[in-house]
Amino acid sequence: MSWKIWSLKKSPWVFHVNTGACNNCDIEIVNLLTPKFDVERFGIKLVGSPRHADALLVTGGVTAQAAPRLREIYRQTPKPCVVFCIGACACDTGIFRSGYHIVGPVDKIIKEIDPNAIIAYVPGCPPKPEAMISGIVKALSVL
Amino acid sequence: MTEVLQRLFWITVFPGFLFTVGLGLFASWIVRKVSARVQWRVGPPLLQPLYDVIKLMGKETLIPEKAQRAVFFAAPLVGLAAVLLLSTMLWRITIDPKTLFVGDIIVAIYLMVLPSLALIFGSSASASPHASIGTSREMKLVMGYELPLVLALTVVIIKTGGQLSLAEIAQQAPVLSISGMLAFLVSLLCMQAKLGFVPFDIAEAETEVASGTLIEYSGALLAIWKIMQAMMLVALPLFLVMVFLGGFGTSLWKGLLAGAGKYVLILVLLILIKNTNPRVRIDQAMKFFWVYCGIALGVAVILAIIGSYYNVNWL
Repeated sequence: MSWKIWSLKKSPWVFHVNTGACNNCDIEIVNLLTPKFDVERFGIKLVGSPRHADALLVTGGVTAQAAPRLREIYRQTPKPCVVFCIGACACDTGIFRSGYHIVGPVDKIIKEIDPNAIIAYVPGCPPKPEAMISGIVKALSVL
Repeated sequence: MTEVLQRLFWITVFPGFLFTVGLGLFASWIVRKVSARVQWRVGPPLLQPLYDVIKLMGKETLIPEKAQRAVFFAAPLVGLAAVLLLSTMLWRITIDPKTLFVGDIIVAIYLMVLPSLALIFGSSASASPHASIGTSREMKLVMGYELPLVLALTVVIIKTGGQLSLAEIAQQAPVLSISGMLAFLVSLLCMQAKLGFVPFDIAEAETEVASGTLIEYSGALLAIWKIMQAMMLVALPLFLVMVFLGGFGTSLWKGLLAGAGKYVLILVLLILIKNTNPRVRIDQAMKFFWVYCGIALGVAVILAIIGSYYNVNWL
């Protein structure tokens, strides 16, 4: 394991991307960052710019409007980085599957520009903060 | 030859780069840990700031397409060099007061402005609208706090009988008087603004302008900014300790203990102000520094002049 991956596991800074979610997953992500769960114990920190981020927390089933923005944000994130699909919509477009405005899911859009992207899935509608912590730990342990 | 090597050792290893960076990362861990405890959390592990810097070093460094590349690259290095010079100078004066040169307090004032200037140059070179808002706020903030800081140091210079060398000023403790106390409190707030801590983190506001001045920096360049901020966390409180609180003293162990205690006192004060205040708007910050701090320091300067004219030490 190279020192780059080792240090990435020690301090994954996350950036939150909403690609047309119903806000439920976003509330749970905000919940994850509250003192109750205290993810700073693991070095996880919410940052304001994708250029500082190591992990993108993507919610929502990617609408036609949001897809170019998601690609742009992925390009702006310095590699190595991990994409987390948070919630059923981000994993597999969920209940919006047959919507006219949905072009997702997230992994399809990301793989269009980077076939080797590291993508992790946390299903649930919405996933609990505990599930997100578990998903992040599992994804980082297989890196 | 040996003298040159010795100076290089001073700058790169002992009181300079390695020592200050180590101490600065430890201090930034204290900041995060105490903030976490204030919010009833556990907080990050001891080596967390070090992990962050190592990780940023290993990341890809992206340059925005329209950025002015030379300035974008040079700005963090200029800031780092200025803080390195400042901290080396302060530590050398603390360790060996005989290596002084007259007027070093003025050099220290210049070196303390340089990191903010470097931040302004770097962010305005990055060609991002968020960064330009951050730049304009940082510029206004610098204009806001520089005047009270210089006035506060004027009070110190008057109180210590016109001394301009830090080693001489560090022999006395001007904080033990009314004017000195006022000047100390105001310059503590100026340091809060210089460090970009919460009531005055207007330029870096994460919720409004998405990290503002630092938005386009990534990878190793961001790591240099983080190292620079960690070093400032050592150099600026140390400067306050030397100027206002009487420095480290002359005897080795007692001086070391007293100096460390004063440093921790200032650090804890900064952290508590950081954790108990919301972010102010830029116009509120300007008004605060120019009107309220300005009036307080005007009074302090007059008191100090009266005190030194009639030989009343407590004024």
